[in-house]
Amino acid sequence: MNNLKIFLNGLIKENPTFVMLLGMCPTLGTTTSAINGMGMGLATAFVLICSNVVIAALKNLIPDKVHIPVYIVIIATFVTIIQMCIEAYMPALYESLGLFIPLIVVNCIVLGRAEAFAAKNNVWSSFLDGAGSGLGFTFGLTLLGLVRELLGTGKAFSLTLFPENYGILIFVLAPGAFLALGYLIAIFNKLNTKQ
Amino acid sequence: MAYFLIIISAILVNNIVFTQFLGICPFIGVSKKIDTAIGMGAAVIFVLILSTIVTYLINLLLVKFQLEFLQTIVFILVIAALVQMVEIILKKISPSLYQALGVFLPLITTNCCILGVAILVAQGNYKTFGAEAGLLTGTIFAFATAVGFALALVLFAGIREQLSMVKLPKGMEGSPIALIVAGLLAIAFMGFSGIV
Amino acid sequence: MKRLESNLLNMVLVLTISALFAAGALAGVYMLTEEPIRLAKENKKQEALKVVLPEFTCLSEPEIVNDLVVVKAYNNDEFVGAAVESSAVGFSGEIKLIVGFDAEGKIVNYSVLEQYETPGLGTKIVDWFKTDKNRQNICGLNPSQVNFTVDKDGGDIDAITASTISSRAFLAAVQAAYQAYANNPDYVDSYSGASAQADVLPCDTDSLQTTVLPDSIDKKF
Repeated sequence: MNNLKIFLNGLIKENPTFVMLLGMCPTLGTTTSAINGMGMGLATAFVLICSNVVIAALKNLIPDKVHIPVYIVIIATFVTIIQMCIEAYMPALYESLGLFIPLIVVNCIVLGRAEAFAAKNNVWSSFLDGAGSGLGFTFGLTLLGLVRELLGTGKAFSLTLFPENYGILIFVLAPGAFLALGYLIAIFNKLNTKQ
Repeated sequence: MAYFLIIISAILVNNIVFTQFLGICPFIGVSKKIDTAIGMGAAVIFVLILSTIVTYLINLLLVKFQLEFLQTIVFILVIAALVQMVEIILKKISPSLYQALGVFLPLITTNCCILGVAILVAQGNYKTFGAEAGLLTGTIFAFATAVGFALALVLFAGIREQLSMVKLPKGMEGSPIALIVAGLLAIAFMGFSGIV
Repeated sequence: MKRLESNLLNMVLVLTISALFAAGALAGVYMLTEEPIRLAKENKKQEALKVVLPEFTCLSEPEIVNDLVVVKAYNNDEFVGAAVESSAVGFSGEIKLIVGFDAEGKIVNYSVLEQYETPGLGTKIVDWFKTDKNRQNICGLNPSQVNFTVDKDGGDIDAITASTISSRAFLAAVQAAYQAYANNPDYVDSYSGASAQADVLPCDTDSLQTTVLPDSIDKKF
């Protein structure tokens, strides 16, 4: 399929968060605010793009029997790189994302796209695929973070829209993540079936 | 006494699924029937204890040589290798158990639970209630966490089995209702806060 | 180009090379980011201390008084206050905080480092006791001159509505911090008029001493 379709696929039709339900752990764990969700999404997108490109470039040099460990090494390297960069240049984000940054390594999206796409396609297409899925994931996380932040504290991207006292506290707590995501997916499903 | 508190805390008060958001993928994917839930839960308990012990010991080496930045990559490779080994050994020693656990074993490698707990224990980042954050405490924490995961999984599967017999609005079928039920379970578990 | 064959030599070669490359790349990025990371951590510690202490130009080495960590602050050789790290068991876990006192024992400010209280209720300790309303603001109070407990226990401080346990624990932690602070020889007890001028630590002329704070403060910062 042509390159634009590849890019849009990851963004909408096979959106990791709302359609494929991949990468749930960071989706629920880091979306207490829109900024946190966006930060996490972009970090994951970085890893996705880099690992997709490298794996696509090296795919013929990797014997089939050891491809999983080699993919893991490549992905883990990029995860550690982004981890060190965030810790050095964005300490506040590092604090809020905490344990979930190293957990990008086991994010099913990354290994999934590597196996399903980068292992079989050229570098440029793999780049677009990674970018599409990564942005789709970022979009999902940012939206969920925005909903939770808005309903829970009355703020959006740290700008107060209505007083915190009117917020529904549960949405910034653990259960709220499940509830908010559940309803968002239901709405997404409804919109998709209508088309 | 501290160990008892750690166990209660990890299973109920700070349940790994409902408060820490680790292990969600299998939680949603593998919890449609109680039998599969029990199987997955057992597999996770087994692998989690093993991997925590091994990664903790390896981490001691990493710290000694000031190679902490290799932690993520080394841990995940160790976990992947461990799961492979467990699969091979189980196949040889107990084919029936291997059959029972089936496809869950390889799935465990990408379970964020395993890597997450390994990192938490290696960094001593969990409530120890006064006990020293060493290998024994870490292992007990890992065991209790895995039991908490299994508990959450089985509870959830029980509810979902009942749910499958109910008529739902079109958009809600499948994952949305599962997530909402999980949310309600999470609220229930919040009731345990303050016990320890 | 056809994919490399999966024979033993190729597999071992590829695995070894990729491992080496990975280690090399990581070591490289580690060396690049080591300094910024250290600076970011230092900055955080300094920022946190700046929040709770009056203006200072240098800090003393941390001391352990009454089992609590005390860091004294000086403004050009003059003792201006100290920050104490304290903790107490709250409703659902330990509350860890750092309180800054000025040279007269009055609370300058506080920061809650760690707490696990009930969200929306006990979590309010983070700013409730700094808010200038009713009798809840503790900033500017000297714990030895005021009945430093919640109103329910006959004290002078307004507790958080429906969070008496969290409030009690919070105030107990501040009290303990004050006890540790008052045990230091630089403290000027303005109430009794007594003052003990102990050896004043000379300040380094180059800005702030980068003190190595012990692990407890280190971990949170």
